[in-house]
Formats: sequence, structure tokens, C-alpha cells
Amino acid sequence: MTAQPKPLDEGEYNFAYLDEQTKRMIRRAILKGIAVPGYQVPFASREMPMPYGWGTGGVQVTAAILGADDCLKVIDQGSDDTTNAVAIRGFFEKTARVETTFETSKASIIQTRHRIPEKDLREDQVIVFQVPIPEPLRFLEPRETETRKMHALEEYGLMHVKLYEDIAKNGHIATTYAYPVLVNGRYVMDPSPTPKFDNPKIDRMAALQLYGAGREKRIYAIPPYTDVKSLDFEDYPFEVQKFDKPCGLCGAENVYLDEVILDDKGGRMFVCSDSDYCEERREAGHLGPMAADPNAMTLAGGASADHTEEPAR
Amino acid sequence: MYVAVKGGEKAIRNAHQLLANRRRGDTSVPALTLDQIAEQLAISVARVMGEGSLYDEQLAALAIKQARGDLIEAAFLIRAYRTTLPRFGYSQPIDTGKMLVERRISATYKDLPGGQLLGPTFDYSHRLLDFALAAEAEGEIEAPVRREPADEAMPRVTDLLDEEGLMEADPVSSEGSPVGDLTREPLSFPADRDLRLQNLARGDEGFLLSLAYSSQRGYGRTHPFTGEIRYGAVEVEFFAEELGFAVSLGTIKVTECQMVNQFQGTAKSSPKFTRGYGLVFGQVERKAMAMSMVDRALRWEELGEEQVAPVQDTEFVMSHSDNIQATGFVEHLKLPHYVDFQAELELVRRMRDEWFAAREAEEKSSRTQKEAAE
Repeated sequence: MTAQPKPLDEGEYNFAYLDEQTKRMIRRAILKGIAVPGYQVPFASREMPMPYGWGTGGVQVTAAILGADDCLKVIDQGSDDTTNAVAIRGFFEKTARVETTFETSKASIIQTRHRIPEKDLREDQVIVFQVPIPEPLRFLEPRETETRKMHALEEYGLMHVKLYEDIAKNGHIATTYAYPVLVNGRYVMDPSPTPKFDNPKIDRMAALQLYGAGREKRIYAIPPYTDVKSLDFEDYPFEVQKFDKPCGLCGAENVYLDEVILDDKGGRMFVCSDSDYCEERREAGHLGPMAADPNAMTLAGGASADHTEEPAR
Repeated sequence: MYVAVKGGEKAIRNAHQLLANRRRGDTSVPALTLDQIAEQLAISVARVMGEGSLYDEQLAALAIKQARGDLIEAAFLIRAYRTTLPRFGYSQPIDTGKMLVERRISATYKDLPGGQLLGPTFDYSHRLLDFALAAEAEGEIEAPVRREPADEAMPRVTDLLDEEGLMEADPVSSEGSPVGDLTREPLSFPADRDLRLQNLARGDEGFLLSLAYSSQRGYGRTHPFTGEIRYGAVEVEFFAEELGFAVSLGTIKVTECQMVNQFQGTAKSSPKFTRGYGLVFGQVERKAMAMSMVDRALRWEELGEEQVAPVQDTEFVMSHSDNIQATGFVEHLKLPHYVDFQAELELVRRMRDEWFAAREAEEKSSRTQKEAAE
């Protein structure tokens, strides 16, 4: 995973954009994060050529660990074809000239926003999360000085009170994504805004998980096979979202689905959020109930809508 | 109607192409040159250099052109460029006392050594649209009146008043004590004044303006007077280890503002005037003033004042002053969020089902009670 800078033409940026000193600084933060699972390590985040909020933390982490032999997959909302995933993948194709892929099993590094692939990850893979607000206690206590103290003292009562209040008010915990977890029995951590459906996947995951928050200047990590527990109560155990229907295209069950509005008459279908998983299943011959629908097939083809046409005059 | 959700490579490519087209506008109108921007939109250029933290007029002009005049976007382009530049070291502190002054005013002293020098300012102009400027060809511009080269030094106002002990002295920095740099170390709290000033110097003009304004309207009063504003060119020197002395790298234009504030004293320190400090690239006077007021307000702890207002809240001010961070996070809401929204949809549907079920049950029970009563 060490970067081997390729000889570059004059005037070009360094391999994977960042200079080697910066990458070394980021790698040190990553190593510290791995040593203290779930602890948010401050790092001197750099300005990147994409805006804060677009994944600058994830991009910096990926740039720091990317080597010339790596194969990179970038997803946003589970899909390789969403605009931001396309842009970030293009960034690394341009600045690092590494191989990229849509196939989860082929990738050595997967950078993601808001999802974890459905397929189990392996020991030789690294998943890099883009994190907007790394502090799980932030919406309970806005001050960094206070939240750092709370982590140091393992003072997580406030979080449990919040979850309890949810149950008292709604009868269930009303957090659906960025659902807080306890890592290795010590640090409460924000798994980034992945739906809580994905929380079980980060528990004892075989792959290394790295989390980068660029604007907030924090990196944290979960080493392979670390215990990660979603916070809950004995009488109100953690549970994930369930969908009544299978994927309309590939018929997959027990996967996370996106709701797609098909027309203006209330027509809708549910499809796999993980587009690579869905495609692979369809290639293997699995068909969902909507697979014959022409509208649905447009979607299956991943046809990109052209939003930029000149308005009709 | 089919609503597509997944965009793609082609959409991005076409969008960029359209943007390039829109940026250029009507091609029968001549394109702007960087010199035109640097010369005629100098204050925009200065703002972009300041908030982008890189002093280079041509690059800032390019950024403004590329960003279609969006100054925050332009500052962002400059920041993203700046981050890739190698860093050789830190310059010597600039000496604003030796500034080649183009403007220097004090609102606290009618006259002072070096005199008042109004310089180029909007301050006393009537804000009437000058339709002559809109005309095809501008008239000849009269050459500015130049003062006689003055031998008289123009010491900084705050250096003049020290003798009486009325004015808080410049803080003494110990030789070799490190100056913080928040582009190299992540911000942590409590933050000292060096980091606070760096943060404010890079901060958004509008944000600082509003904070400063709030302090004038009773949210953390600081009784400010403009001790001095000076604008002009200063030399930047770099200490070259190999040579053993400092060499000049060139000059930059800066505006410095020293705000003077009445201070009633505490058990520890006598009543006197305290100061807030502002320094920006170019003639961005509004920001220099706002910066000095916010700097003063943030010193409440050191001066033993009470913290009562947002402008005094270091963590609040420093965490939200950077417009590149702010605009990024606000605008990232444009990115797809349908995975999280799906999770919320499921939750809201469930809560609605429960709500309607509960209401129905309630109506039913009240109906039965009513029937029972009848």
C-alpha cells in the first residue's frame, strides 16, 4: 500500500495529487487510528480540489494509502455511476493512473459515501468512508472541547439518554442512519451516514475500515475483526430496516433498496442500492418482478439522464 | 414521466461544457483579460487573495474569471492550488511601521506624526451611479495629485501612546517561540491569539462583518474606536539559512487596522485602552476593521471579562469563519442523499402508521365511552 510515485511529466501533480510529506502525515494518523479503534485522530487536513462535503476526507485517506498496483472502486449511495462517484474515480484515474473497477470483489480499495457493498469484504481489501460529521455526540453537545472530554472519560450517558427518549417518545429508536456504535468496547463512534442497515456489516468485518473527515480534520479506523456494537437496550435490541419486497430488477432479498419513482401517478419500484451487486445477480440469471417493465429496464441499463440539454426555445 | 436518479459520466461532461459556454457568455462581447480584472476589480482580487490565503494577483484574477465572478468559488480555486505548493519556510514578520503608505487615517487623533492621509477611499463619495462610466469610452482619467515625498516617518498610532501607559503595549513575543499554523496543525481548543488571528485573516468577510456588527449592537460590547487604518506596500523578507541574513522577496499590499477599546480594568489590571488587530491583503478595509473588532471580543478571557455574546465564543467563531468549509458543507446537500432519505422514509411511514392507528384507537374508545354514557 505504499505509494510508488511514477515518473510524471513536468508540471503535473504528484502521484495521487498530494505530496509525499502530506501522505506520510495522513498515514501516521491512520496508524494511530488503527491502534486506537474508534478514536478520532486529529490530522492537518488539506484543501482538496473538490469542495468540503464532497468527500475530501475520504479522498485524502485514499490518496495516502493508494499504491500503483491498487485497484480502486468508488461508490456513492451504493452506486458506481452516481455523479460524485464518477468525479472522484476520475480524479484518481487522472492523478494516480491506477486501475479502477465497478466490481466489489476486484477492488483492493473501496471508497464509499453512505453505503457498504452487499458482498462480504475480504482481508485484502480496505474500505474508506467519507465522513461529514465524525463526532457522534455533536448533536447532543456542539462543543468540541466538551465532546473530547466526554470520550476521554467514557461519558456516554447522554447518548443513552437520547436513545431512551426516542423510545419513550416514539416506541422505538428514531435514528435511521449514522447510527452510533461502540467500537472494541471503548469508543462510541459515528459509522458515517450509512443506513443502520449496514451496521451489522462493520462488526467483525474482515477488511480494514478507514474513516476520513476532511472539513472536521479527523481520521478514525476499525481494524479487521474488531467488535462493533450498535448501541441499544436489552429490552429494545438493535434492529435493521426491513423491506417487504425484493429488488424489482434482480429479486434480491435482505439487501438495502432504493425507492425509485417511475411516473407521476404514484408508480414506484424498489431496486438494489448496490448497483454492482444487482448487475452481477442479473447476469447470473436472477430476475425480479419488475425486470420486464420497460421503464425499469432503462434504469437497469444505468442510462444516465442528460440534465444539461439546452432548454427548448 | 420517468425520473432518472443515476447520473453519469456523460451528464458531468455535458454540464462542464455548458458551464464553459455560460462562463464565456455572448462571444460577440470581448473576453475579460486577467489584467483587466487585476487592475479594475482590485478589491475583488484582494478579497480572493485574502480568503484564498495566497498573494498572487494574476492567479486571483484567473480564479475570478474561471469562477464567473463568484468570489468564494474563486477563493476556493486559490486554496486548492495553494495546497499543492511546496513550503520552503516562513517569512520574517512584516513591519507595517515601515509601510509605503497610500492611506492612513486615525479616528482618535485629529493630527499625529506623519499626518492623516485619506488616500483612495469611497468614504466621502456620494453613492450616485456614475453614468459616464457606462459610456462606451471612458473619459481621460486625471492623474492623481501626489504629495511631496515626506521624510517624516509615519509611526503606528499605537506606538505613540504607549508612554503614558494608557494604551496596552504590543504583546512581547519571545524569540524563537513557535507561531501556530492551522494549515499544518488541526485546530484545537483553547486556541491562542496567533491561531485566532490566522483564522480570522482567512475568514469570510461577511461572517466577520456580521459578528463585528453584533458586538456594536450590544452582543458583547467592546466600545471600539479606529485607532488607525493604514494601507500600502510592505516588504516581505525571508531569512535564508545558507546566507545567514534576510533577503527581500518583494512587496505586498496590506491593510492594517488597530481598533482601540476602552477597558474599565479589573482587580488584576488597571483601566486603560486595549486593542484589537486586523490585517488583510489589499485594500479590504471593511474586513480589516471587522477582524480587529472580533479579535478584541475574543480576548475576553485574557482580560478577565464576562463571556456573554456569540462574538466572544472562540469555538463558535473559529469553527464557522472559513467560507470554503462552510460553502462546501452547505452545498454538499445537493449531492444525492437517497440512501439516507430512504431510511427516513421508512421511519416516517412507520411513525405515520402508528400515529393514525393511535388516533383511530382513541376515536374508537371515545365513541364507545360516549355510547356507553348514552
